[in-house]
Amino acid sequence: MTAGLHSPVELEQERRRLTEVWADPPGFLGWFSHIDHKSIGRRFVVTAFGFFTLGGLLAALMRIQLARPDQSFLSADMYNQVFTMHGTTMMFLFAVPVMLGLAVYIVPLAVGARSIAFPRLVAYGYWMFLFGGIFLFAMFAINTGPDNGWFSYVPLAGPEFGLGKRADVWAQLVTFSETSSLVVAVALVTTILKMRAPGMALNRIPVYVWAMLIVSLMTILSMPAIMLASTTLIMDRLIGTHFYNQAEGGDPLLWQHLFWFFGHPEVYIIFLPAQGMVSTIISTFFQRPLVGYLAVVLSLVSTAFIGFGVWVHHMFTTGLPQLSMSFFTVASVMIVVPTGIQFFCWIATIWTGRLVLRAPVLWALGFFAVFLIGGLTGVMLAAVPLNQQVHDTFFVVAHFHYVLIGGAVFPLLGAIHYWFPKMTGRMMGERLGRASFWLFFAGFNLTFFPMHQLGLAGMPRRVYTYQAVMGWGTLNLLATAGAVLMTVALVIYLINIVRALRSRAPATDDPWHAASLEWATSSPPPPYNFSPLPGVATRDPLWNRPDEQPLVIGVDSTCREVLVTRLTDAAPDHRRKLVTPSAWPFFAALATALMFIWSIFSPWAVVWGSIPLTVALIGWFWPREGVSPAALRRQIESGDHAPSEATH
Amino acid sequence: MAAPVRAREVLDVSRLPAYAFGSRSEVSFGTAGFIAIEGMMFALLIASYLHLRARNTVWPMGVAPPDLLWGTLNLILLFVSAIPNQLAKKAGERLDLPKVQLWMSVCLLFGVVLLGIRLMEFRSLNVAWDTNAYGSLVWALLGFHAMHLVTDVGDTAVLAGVMFAGPLEESRFVDVSENAFYWYFVIAAWVPIYVVLYLVPRIS
Repeated sequence: MTAGLHSPVELEQERRRLTEVWADPPGFLGWFSHIDHKSIGRRFVVTAFGFFTLGGLLAALMRIQLARPDQSFLSADMYNQVFTMHGTTMMFLFAVPVMLGLAVYIVPLAVGARSIAFPRLVAYGYWMFLFGGIFLFAMFAINTGPDNGWFSYVPLAGPEFGLGKRADVWAQLVTFSETSSLVVAVALVTTILKMRAPGMALNRIPVYVWAMLIVSLMTILSMPAIMLASTTLIMDRLIGTHFYNQAEGGDPLLWQHLFWFFGHPEVYIIFLPAQGMVSTIISTFFQRPLVGYLAVVLSLVSTAFIGFGVWVHHMFTTGLPQLSMSFFTVASVMIVVPTGIQFFCWIATIWTGRLVLRAPVLWALGFFAVFLIGGLTGVMLAAVPLNQQVHDTFFVVAHFHYVLIGGAVFPLLGAIHYWFPKMTGRMMGERLGRASFWLFFAGFNLTFFPMHQLGLAGMPRRVYTYQAVMGWGTLNLLATAGAVLMTVALVIYLINIVRALRSRAPATDDPWHAASLEWATSSPPPPYNFSPLPGVATRDPLWNRPDEQPLVIGVDSTCREVLVTRLTDAAPDHRRKLVTPSAWPFFAALATALMFIWSIFSPWAVVWGSIPLTVALIGWFWPREGVSPAALRRQIESGDHAPSEATH
Repeated sequence: MAAPVRAREVLDVSRLPAYAFGSRSEVSFGTAGFIAIEGMMFALLIASYLHLRARNTVWPMGVAPPDLLWGTLNLILLFVSAIPNQLAKKAGERLDLPKVQLWMSVCLLFGVVLLGIRLMEFRSLNVAWDTNAYGSLVWALLGFHAMHLVTDVGDTAVLAGVMFAGPLEESRFVDVSENAFYWYFVIAAWVPIYVVLYLVPRIS
């Protein structure tokens, strides 16, 4: 059919109707019932950046303490809490939630859907993340912050040495944040596999969306390990089990295996979204399709596969058999290959494209330089002898900050600048954007490059001070100066955001002349995302003539109906009515939080705490719409339905 | 806007069904996602069990293996429970409400009996969770599977309540089908756990 089915007036009427149907409830109380993926995604990103700020302030405290030798700005005990809080916050409350949360906002738009799958579940995930973070910082405020490092090794964190509640706080924070990440991951996988715009076959999915699909699958496969670890740790501490107790047949190394079976994939869970962002930004600002789409996607997939086979390289100093160390060295070196392939694809894109130099692309180019260094020190660390020499020194600290800040924060800051007009309808400033980039780039390298040398010179990580005679003072002072620069850069970045939000100049729908579907709707998008729904016939739909891309009509606009498509070719399969906004996810998260926090103090919390949780879940799932069972039977028997179409 | 809109190919989806069963439905992807998460948990628990078994020279550490009776009975009954489960699933996919009500009630009955047997299983493990690391793992494995029994019996009870009391829509039958799908996971997960809990300690 190619008939003109919508006059502009009809379209306008339909859009008004859709707004009524899809808008979240207004007002303060309505705020607890939001399930629009854009609202929840925005909350995820803003909250995660709130924790990023707190984590950054903790880092600043450490840099002040270490700026000169023999300082007593922080006590040894406080320093232990501060570095643990910093690592825990950055990994569990910033890096993963911000990546998943931004995807909650962008992915449904980029695949041309009206909503994310399971929006109430995603809202629940947000509340769990928020409550977990508040819980962690509240406990820190009363001097009960975790103090065993972000990987909380036993026996230090076990019942024998980890006195008080500090290690329990860490374990439950992990349970909070993993619950959140897991439910969001399930929703993202389902959205990407089943709710893509008609025509968006697997080979037309935007690379960023591919990255998020792979990351979500990695989340599903790796995070159960840390949930199991944190649960068994708290059981060892609370009810006297012996999972990690050597004396009763347990094994402290089991902790390290479980932790790093999660912990290494975690690095890729943070890093692969960033690679997707870089591909997107490079393609957009060099105004050409990404070179080697297939190679890039396969690289992402193989990075994920190999990423599950390298965890033991965190354990090279634990006395494992030679053979397993060799195996994990090879795997760790091998993982460079897919990343290298992506680098060459990016270089080829740059080589054959025409640069439009704007701030987001600076962050992507900065990523190349910084991440390359982090990747190369990673190859060095994969070698057992060097690894054993610099294990637990500042060399490792330098390495993983190059990987995580270079590999994730640089692309993320670029991506925020890039998607900011879509999310807010305003443009971030170019001059402030460039200033913040260059200051951050300089500050970052000034902070972390000297740490390589400090580590080679023998400075161990996680020491609260050092003697002047060690000769580490100058480089530490440099690092602290760099931290000041980084802080200034981030303040400028924030000023840029605030100024943009206050400015009156609206952003256009597609200010960067980008290729993917999120730019096909208004900035910011309406509650229903698209009307009419888009279809795609090519990989970069917005770079082709609009009349080459199909349109979708016939989705009911009087209720929250979405289109479900087939997994591989994204052909339309059926329509489905989505759930309505509800405060029950909030209450369910509240009940879960109560149970988790209570269980630090008494195992009975699991029993009694499950009662309010059950009530909340029943409230959540009990349907509000529909007819009585007798009426439904009559309806079915009278043939007022289409079972032949609906069944297999 | 008007001109390009008219020129584009238009896909009319208004004749497509308003729900679908099985892997066509996006709900099944959610169920599969949670099955993957919990399946990983089970796999890692089993891996932990085997890891500690390899690290200890005596296994099970100075205690008798769990008695076979109740666990084996549970295994058999779980397999049998697949029958009403499948009947409930098929009735749901035929939109046959009376049969759904019937077979979900039978499933619920099975669930309650299975929970009772599980209680007896805990009492015949011959080890406490705080005796040694072996005991901790045995309790964790059995407890984690018991948690799945409890939650899925709870799910089934609530869904059966909805199917008896309403309000109902046809798409609710998708949930019936998905609930049965999940029960198959609970059954399937028990097989390796049974082997590890009851048979592995009997291998010298």
